[in-house]
Amino acid sequence: MSAAPILAIDALRIEYPLSEGGTLVAVEGATLTIAPGEIHALVGESGAGKTTIGNAVLGLLEKPGRIASGAIALDGKPFDPTKPGDIRLGRDIGAVFQDPMTSLNPLFTIESQIVETLRAHLPLDRRAARARALDLLRAVGMPEPERRLSAYPHQLSGGQRQRVVIACALACEPRLLVADEPTTALDVSIQAQILDLLRGLADERGIGILLVTHNMGVVAQIADTVTIMHRGHVVESGPVAQVLRRPQADYARALIGAVPRIDVRLDRFPMLDGVNQGNAETARTELRRRAGTQEIAAPAADAVPLLSVESLVVDYGAGLLSGRGSRAFRAVDGVSFEIRPGEVFGLVGESGCGKTTIANVVAGLRKPTGGTIRFDGKVIAGEAAAPRVGRARRAIQMIFQDPYSSLNARMRVGHILAEPILFYELARTRAEAAADVDLLVQAVGLPPETAQRFPHAFSGGQRQRLSIARALGARPRLIVCDEPTSSLDVSVQAQILNLLKDLRDATGLTLLLISHDLAVIRQMCDRVAVMRSGQIVEMEESETLFAAPKADYTRQLLALVPTLERIRGEADIRHGG
Amino acid sequence: MLRFLIARLGQAALVMLAVAAVSFLMFRFVGDPVAGMVREDASVQEKAELRQALGLDQPVLVQFGRFLGRTIRGDFGVSYRNQRPVAALIAERLPATLELVLMATLLSLALGIPLGVLCALKPDGVAARLVQAVSLIGISTPTFVTGIVLILTFAVTLGLLPSFGRGQTVQLGPWSTGFLTVSGLKALVLPSITLALYQLTLIMRLVRSELIDVLSSDYIRFARARGLSLRRIHFTLALRNALMPVITVTGLQIGSLIAFAIVTETVFQWPGMGLLFIQAVSFSDVPVMAAYLLFVGLLFVLINTVVDLLYAVVDPRLRVKAS
Repeated sequence: MSAAPILAIDALRIEYPLSEGGTLVAVEGATLTIAPGEIHALVGESGAGKTTIGNAVLGLLEKPGRIASGAIALDGKPFDPTKPGDIRLGRDIGAVFQDPMTSLNPLFTIESQIVETLRAHLPLDRRAARARALDLLRAVGMPEPERRLSAYPHQLSGGQRQRVVIACALACEPRLLVADEPTTALDVSIQAQILDLLRGLADERGIGILLVTHNMGVVAQIADTVTIMHRGHVVESGPVAQVLRRPQADYARALIGAVPRIDVRLDRFPMLDGVNQGNAETARTELRRRAGTQEIAAPAADAVPLLSVESLVVDYGAGLLSGRGSRAFRAVDGVSFEIRPGEVFGLVGESGCGKTTIANVVAGLRKPTGGTIRFDGKVIAGEAAAPRVGRARRAIQMIFQDPYSSLNARMRVGHILAEPILFYELARTRAEAAADVDLLVQAVGLPPETAQRFPHAFSGGQRQRLSIARALGARPRLIVCDEPTSSLDVSVQAQILNLLKDLRDATGLTLLLISHDLAVIRQMCDRVAVMRSGQIVEMEESETLFAAPKADYTRQLLALVPTLERIRGEADIRHGG
Repeated sequence: MLRFLIARLGQAALVMLAVAAVSFLMFRFVGDPVAGMVREDASVQEKAELRQALGLDQPVLVQFGRFLGRTIRGDFGVSYRNQRPVAALIAERLPATLELVLMATLLSLALGIPLGVLCALKPDGVAARLVQAVSLIGISTPTFVTGIVLILTFAVTLGLLPSFGRGQTVQLGPWSTGFLTVSGLKALVLPSITLALYQLTLIMRLVRSELIDVLSSDYIRFARARGLSLRRIHFTLALRNALMPVITVTGLQIGSLIAFAIVTETVFQWPGMGLLFIQAVSFSDVPVMAAYLLFVGLLFVLINTVVDLLYAVVDPRLRVKAS
């Protein structure tokens, strides 16, 4: 650490002049240094300013943002990222962005994209650049690199594309790599590979890496040092083990506390739930009274299943119009499971494993190719099923992943929430429905004036509360939650998951929870099914599954998830000799 | 690729069949053709004989089949007005229209793309604002007004350019071209500007909005982070992505330019297909109208097919799906 730091940021202030005068200060007084071979993680929730710092270093601040004061130095030499002089983007500083699906230009081959980067900075002819590109692909662990050179981005998987992106970033042997959420869009197994790759680059080539992320597990796994940011300010900074184990600042403690743990199940996420909790309590009791019939009992093993799925098969692309040559893709291949009344059942797996397809079939959004689904004893999907139209759908409701696109932006919240109530004729008049809406709004912990406003007035977490309220409005018995928190910040995720737990306790709902996040599943579910390529690999009581996984695949998944429990440098499990 | 091609051609054939049906029905909708052909005092007997000779006593489907057969052989009947085969009439007029449209398209691409790029890269510059404002006028002025204003200025007042006709043409086999004589080229200037104006504005605005979209995409951000030169990012990487929809629109616009050059051709008395059609309408010359309909239909289908194939050439993602 005696050498000059690769990156030194000193008292950086970044402003956005607003059109109505005044300025928005996105980052204030940010200071950090990165030594050679160090991975420095910059964490925080959305709006914390972490990405803004990354963009500022790359000279990619969105207009009209600007660096108002402070200094950035690379290898001890101060520079202005907007006026690249001696220090050049792409040569001295490489960048890796979040989404490998959109980082590469779809119209150009991998070779052309790496070669153009090389030739922009180095005096190489085409042949030499090509040879170098091949070396780079090998260095980032691309399988069959010769063949990939002539491929287009869409012909590669997400993980392979991220390797290409990293190869481009490394092309001219930069001193510093700015990686903005490099693994957020990837599955855990691929995430693990990419993280290993980044760690290797730091260890072997002495590259400094500024890792912008929201994922505490990733930080724990590969970073050496961490800076926690909140609303543009640095809250806490230091070695990873120290900051994650013994956070000093209140915000840092709350943030780390909100991360779902995979090692032990807690009753609730340890954090404040905000206002309106008192009202919410009474509103939920009232909701439960209206729902009437069900008694809440602890989910018992011998209870009659509420939902039973038997050898479900779903094919895609087997329709009439898909052409003769195309073969059907079997998304779900003979899946059977049962959900008991009052239980939270989890479906977990990597992308493409068929979990969302199952959610859609259960919710009646898609017809199965084979198999049957029974709900409360009646066949609702399969050969013998009556078509599910109109009120037949009421008992099963759904909550979607993206709270931004799942609420109609042109309808007032009151109208959105009243729609299912009126459609299912759960209220005789609009006034009655409006009263129900007020109750629902309170039950999900939002202020009473919510109904008058439009969805855009709410944050992501609040919108997800509205989605939950809308689902509850139909007085369902089963709610299918498809990745309900994966687009939310951890503290908001903790609130939403607490809310779902509370609602379940208060109203005796049954939940089918679909997630790729094993920690969320552990915190929420009574029983879990692990899926892989359309089949259930293992199905078990949640505690048993996490304590003693039987299937190899489950064990592998659990080992790959970056968690707070395994902090780099503490107990070296994965990187140890 | 082959399967994709065959599928597209199959679709094209279906569409053409539908167009042919409409065009066939036109004969039946405008009344009894026999009544228009015979003397007023013709007997029922004579009419029936003529009907039989023309095949009009056959069931509709048989008639349609024969109509299709004739059409495929290129026999579109004989013009009522000047008693010449319709196919020959169209062949005579086609070069004039095609040359006009070609000129107009080249003009609109040559000006529209650079202007669109200018507006996208320097949206707040004086030039971009000026271009935007003028383009608004361009897109909202009807063709006949533009044409007349151009005639008044350059033909009547300044006397620089002819106000009507094709000028001298040179016959190259069946094709008569105005590209090879000075008067032919001069005659082409005003009509092609008139015809191009709308398309120019359209292309400019399309390039502008597409380019602005593409420039804010992740892969352009990544290209900047890789330190590529701005020139390469703007003109090689971004422009290629932005031109994708321009291909479609230009293709479709060529179709409508040919089909609806009618107004421009009328204003400039351009001896093209549009003028032929207008004259046919005023004389209820059904065979010419029907042939024109078929021709325009064929044109659109051909252009759409070519555009789809071009897309597959430019966008590698489509190539894979297709093969």
